[in-house]
Amino acid sequence: MPEPAIAVRGLSKHFGPIVAVDDVDFSIPMGSATALLGGNGAGKTTTISMLLGLLLPTKGTVSVLGEDILRHRYRVLPRMNFSSPYVDLPRRLTAAENLRVYAQLYGLSNIRTRLRDVAAAFDLGEFMDRKVASLSAGQKTRVALAKALINVPDLLLLDEPTASLDPDTADWVRGYLKDYQAETGATIMLASHNMGEVERMCDDVIMMRAGRIVDRGAPAELIDRYGRTNLEEVFLDIARGNGHGDDWQKAAQ
Amino acid sequence: MSGTSTHGHDTSIVERRNPPFSPRRIGAMVLRYVYLIRGSWPRIIELAYWPTMQMILWGFITLFLMGHSNFIAQAFGILLSGVLLWDVLFRGQLGVAMSFLEEMWSRNLGHLFVSPLRPYEMLVSLMVVSFIRTLIGLIPASLLAMMLFGFSLYSLGLPLIGFFFNLIVMGWSIGFMVSGLILRAGLGAESMAWAVIFAIAPICGIYYPIDVLPGWLQSVAFFLPASHVFEGMRAILVDGAFRPDLMFNAVLLNIGYLALGMFVFLTFFRSARVQGVILQVGE
Repeated sequence: MPEPAIAVRGLSKHFGPIVAVDDVDFSIPMGSATALLGGNGAGKTTTISMLLGLLLPTKGTVSVLGEDILRHRYRVLPRMNFSSPYVDLPRRLTAAENLRVYAQLYGLSNIRTRLRDVAAAFDLGEFMDRKVASLSAGQKTRVALAKALINVPDLLLLDEPTASLDPDTADWVRGYLKDYQAETGATIMLASHNMGEVERMCDDVIMMRAGRIVDRGAPAELIDRYGRTNLEEVFLDIARGNGHGDDWQKAAQ
Repeated sequence: MSGTSTHGHDTSIVERRNPPFSPRRIGAMVLRYVYLIRGSWPRIIELAYWPTMQMILWGFITLFLMGHSNFIAQAFGILLSGVLLWDVLFRGQLGVAMSFLEEMWSRNLGHLFVSPLRPYEMLVSLMVVSFIRTLIGLIPASLLAMMLFGFSLYSLGLPLIGFFFNLIVMGWSIGFMVSGLILRAGLGAESMAWAVIFAIAPICGIYYPIDVLPGWLQSVAFFLPASHVFEGMRAILVDGAFRPDLMFNAVLLNIGYLALGMFVFLTFFRSARVQGVILQVGE
C-alpha cells in the first residue's frame, strides 16, 4: 500500500478549556486534492497549523510525506509550502524581492529562472517591482500563490486560496493549481468556504464541525448521500447539525 | 517528480538536502532586511540621526564641563566615548528587536517558519543585521566627533574592538530575550523593545564610575558586561592603562548572556507554537 501524503492519528488541540480539534484521524493519499470544510471555528485552520508544525498538538501524531512532523519537520519543510489570508508577505518589499528571499530560503539553485517562471505563470510581470503594500488584494493573492509554489512543493496546504480574487482570476488559479497537480503529482489540501471551488478542485472532502470530523467522501458522494443538489447544501446541513454527519462519526469510531 | 513541466515546474532547481545550519538561509534573511533598509531613505537617515544628535549634545556638555571639572578636563572625551559606546549597546539591542518586530508587524512569521529556516538561523541573521545597523549609526557619529570636537573614539586603540563586540553581544542577548517575550505576549508588549535596555543604563556606569553606586547596586553592576566595558574605557582614558581583567570579565559574562538570550528566545518560540500565536501575530 503506498504511503499516504498525510496521516493523522488521534490529533487533538486544547486551548485551556476550549477543544479546538478533538481526536481526529484521517489520511490523505499522495497526489490527491482534499478539501477541509467546516464553518467558522470548526477546527480547519488549527488542523492545518498542526500539519505545518506551526502549532504543537495536545496529543496525537502527524505524519507528513513519511516523516513525523513533530520530530522531523525540517526534513519535509523543503518539500511543502502553504498560503493563507492570515499570513502576509512583507509589504515594504517588492514582489520580486519577496520571491527572491523565499527562493533562497528554500535553497533553489537557479533563482532567476524560477522567478521568471512563476512571474510568467501568475502574470506578475507588470508589478514584480512594486512594493507589496501598493498591490491590490487580488495581486497580493497572486504573489502569495507564487511564493507557495516557489519551491515546486510535493505538498501544498492552502487556506482560502482564491480569497480576494475576482471570479475570472479565481477560476484561472483553480485551473492552474489542477494543472500543477497533474504535472507534478503534488498533493493539495485546501480549506475553503467556496463550495464551487471544492467541487471543481477536490476529489475528497473532509467535513469538520466543533473540532471533529463529521463526514467524508467525494463531492458527488456527499451530495448523493445527503440528497442534495450541490455541496453548499451539504455544507449547510452539516454546519447546522442536520443529516448524516453524526452517524458517520459513530461508524468511524 | 523531476524535470521541467509545460508550466516550468523544474524540480531539479530545488535543493532537497536540508542542512541543519545553512549560511544561504541566513543570507536570505539578511537580504530581506537589507531590502527593507535600502527601500526607505528615512530609515537609513534615522539609523545615523540619533547617535549623531546624542554625540553633539554630549560634545557641548563636555566643552562646558571642561572649565568646571578637573575630572573631565583630565580625560577629554570620557563622556563622548561613553555616549558612543552606549549607543553600540542600545543599537545592538534595538537592531535585533526592531528587525524581529518587522516580521510581526508584517504578519510574515507564519511564512518564515514553514520554510526550512531554523529559529537559530533567524537569530544569527538578526545579529548580522544588527551589526550592520549599528555601524551605520556609529561610524558617521564618530567621524563627526572628530570634526566638531577633535575627539577620536579610535584613540582607544585595539581595545575599542573588544569594547565594541562586548557591548553589541550584550545588546543582542537582551534583544533576543525581548523579542521572545514580545512573540509570546503579543504586540501589546512591543514598547519593551525600546524600554528594557534603559533599565541598565543607570547601573552600568556609562558616564560615571561604578563606585559612585550604592554597595548593593555595585554588586548588580558586576554582573553586567557593559559595566566592565565602561570601567575599562575609563581606565584607558583616565589612567592610560588597558585592563585585561575587565575585558576578560566582560567576555565571560557575555558568553553566559548570549546563551541565556538564545535559550529564552527559543523557549518563548516553543511556547508560541504551543499557544498557536505564530499565525495570529500582526498589527
